[in-house]
Amino acid sequence: MSELSDLYQEMILDHHRSPKNYRVIEGGRQAKGHNPLCGDQVTVYVQLEGDVIKDVAFQGQGCAISRASASLMTAAVKGLTLGKADALFRKFQRSVTGEPDVEDGIELGKLEVLSGVSHFPVRVKCATLAWHTMRAAIDSQQGTVTTEDAK
Amino acid sequence: MTVAATAAQAQAPVDWGRVRADFPLIGKLIKGKQIVYLDSAATSQKPHVVIDTMKRYYEEYNANVHRGAYNIAAKATQEYEAAREKVRRFVNASSTKEIVFTKGTTEGLNLVAYAWGRKFVKPDDEVVISELEHHSNLVPWQVLCTATGAKLKYIPIREDGTLDMSRLDEIITRRTRIVSVTGQSNVLGTVTPIRDIARRAREVGALMVVDGAQSVPHQPVDVQAIGCDFLAFSGHKVCGPTASGVLFGRRERLEEMDPFLYGGEMIREVRYDGSTWNELPWKFEAGTPGIAQAIGLGVAIDYVSAIGMDRIREHEASLTRKALAMAAELKDLTLYGPRDVSVRGGVITFNFAEIHPHDLATILDEQDRVCVRAGHHCAMPLTQKLGVAATARASFYIYNTEEEVDLLFDALRRAKEFFYRGAR
Repeated sequence: MSELSDLYQEMILDHHRSPKNYRVIEGGRQAKGHNPLCGDQVTVYVQLEGDVIKDVAFQGQGCAISRASASLMTAAVKGLTLGKADALFRKFQRSVTGEPDVEDGIELGKLEVLSGVSHFPVRVKCATLAWHTMRAAIDSQQGTVTTEDAK
Repeated sequence: MTVAATAAQAQAPVDWGRVRADFPLIGKLIKGKQIVYLDSAATSQKPHVVIDTMKRYYEEYNANVHRGAYNIAAKATQEYEAAREKVRRFVNASSTKEIVFTKGTTEGLNLVAYAWGRKFVKPDDEVVISELEHHSNLVPWQVLCTATGAKLKYIPIREDGTLDMSRLDEIITRRTRIVSVTGQSNVLGTVTPIRDIARRAREVGALMVVDGAQSVPHQPVDVQAIGCDFLAFSGHKVCGPTASGVLFGRRERLEEMDPFLYGGEMIREVRYDGSTWNELPWKFEAGTPGIAQAIGLGVAIDYVSAIGMDRIREHEASLTRKALAMAAELKDLTLYGPRDVSVRGGVITFNFAEIHPHDLATILDEQDRVCVRAGHHCAMPLTQKLGVAATARASFYIYNTEEEVDLLFDALRRAKEFFYRGAR
């Protein structure tokens, strides 16, 4: 498979066209994410129950990679504890940046389809914007998180 | 050169194939595919002669300027100052005292905003720019206005991306201290009626600044004919090296300003209890300047001048005319900016087939090695005004060909096939 088809796998294009959990959650936590380089914007909504992510959703505009990544993220983290979700984010980050994986007992599952991003360094921020934004929502940071300060 | 020789040269057709061959990166294979470089509005490619000249400086007479008493230092100074004279002739300034080397347009505009703006702009004054501006001709004025209490006003754009000149007289008034407008939009390609704007600025006694980043590389520019006080441009967009740039400033204006940066080179005399400043233009060139950059820029200017700025403009207009016609034919393509090439430079900005520009740029590059820019092009307010988050932009220069325009549109069709494969 070429690097390009590896980046834009069918599953990514599907999630881009019909994203999961593309909605607003009223009364939960939320944060806005912004990639100043390309103008992509995403709002992530999180509803916690104790330290479990009971519900998570997003809305916004962006490229196929950022939209598919947000959609896949919401599907992957729903029902996880905050600790597990954070560990999954770290594993996901290693996957999209091409860093060697570490054995931590966590499975990437469907998030694996985004590993093709590692061949396109300029697109890593597209893939991680929703994750940084979710973390900001959980931390209930005020204002907007950008891909520039959420390293 | 004699008048007859100039006339003969003006009529001789340009061998654009030879021009193309002068650029090492043009037509080069990158990961097995021939590059189609359509991002000259971001930076131009460099001809061999510029690269070789800079290499020669470093290998044969690398020394600091204006101080060494030895041979190679004298040679470095001579070449550096010769480059200044080339720039003077290129923009038709009346003296080399009016040519300040900078590291680019951004530095030039900031220099004016600080050194002239902070000194002369008062609360309740007005600064006028346009809705087309790149961040580098917007943010320095925004900050100046915040600091001084002046008001920032915008010349609006019309639906077609041209400036609404009918409102000029009501926007530029006796309260206006500075007018700063781009010669050509980096997003829409709009060529602005800069002389008319300068005339109005003069009428009300305002300072006229031109952001020449996108106009100087692509059309003849004459600061005296424009009647501007300042014009800033970047060397790297006109076949010169990165971090080379020029601020033209009218002598009286530069004289009335204090220095922008203080240090070596810009002083006449330093005592423990005070200092005096060097004369123009060195008063504004503190520290060791980009020597290789200035010399390289001088050669780049020789290079484009030998082709002829009029003919460069014509060449780009013919590519743009073709691209606009093809864009109008292509289903699912939304084009931004003027359709009339007499007011549009070689910049085609668009959205296509509901493919996000970032995805489009990646696919165009990976499938066909077509290099376009995606995003807001450092003009976020303008992009917002267009009602989109981002656009894709293809821009042309002297080494681009009609075949490459065809390749762009073939590549767009192939991108759409790829992106919607399997989708029905």
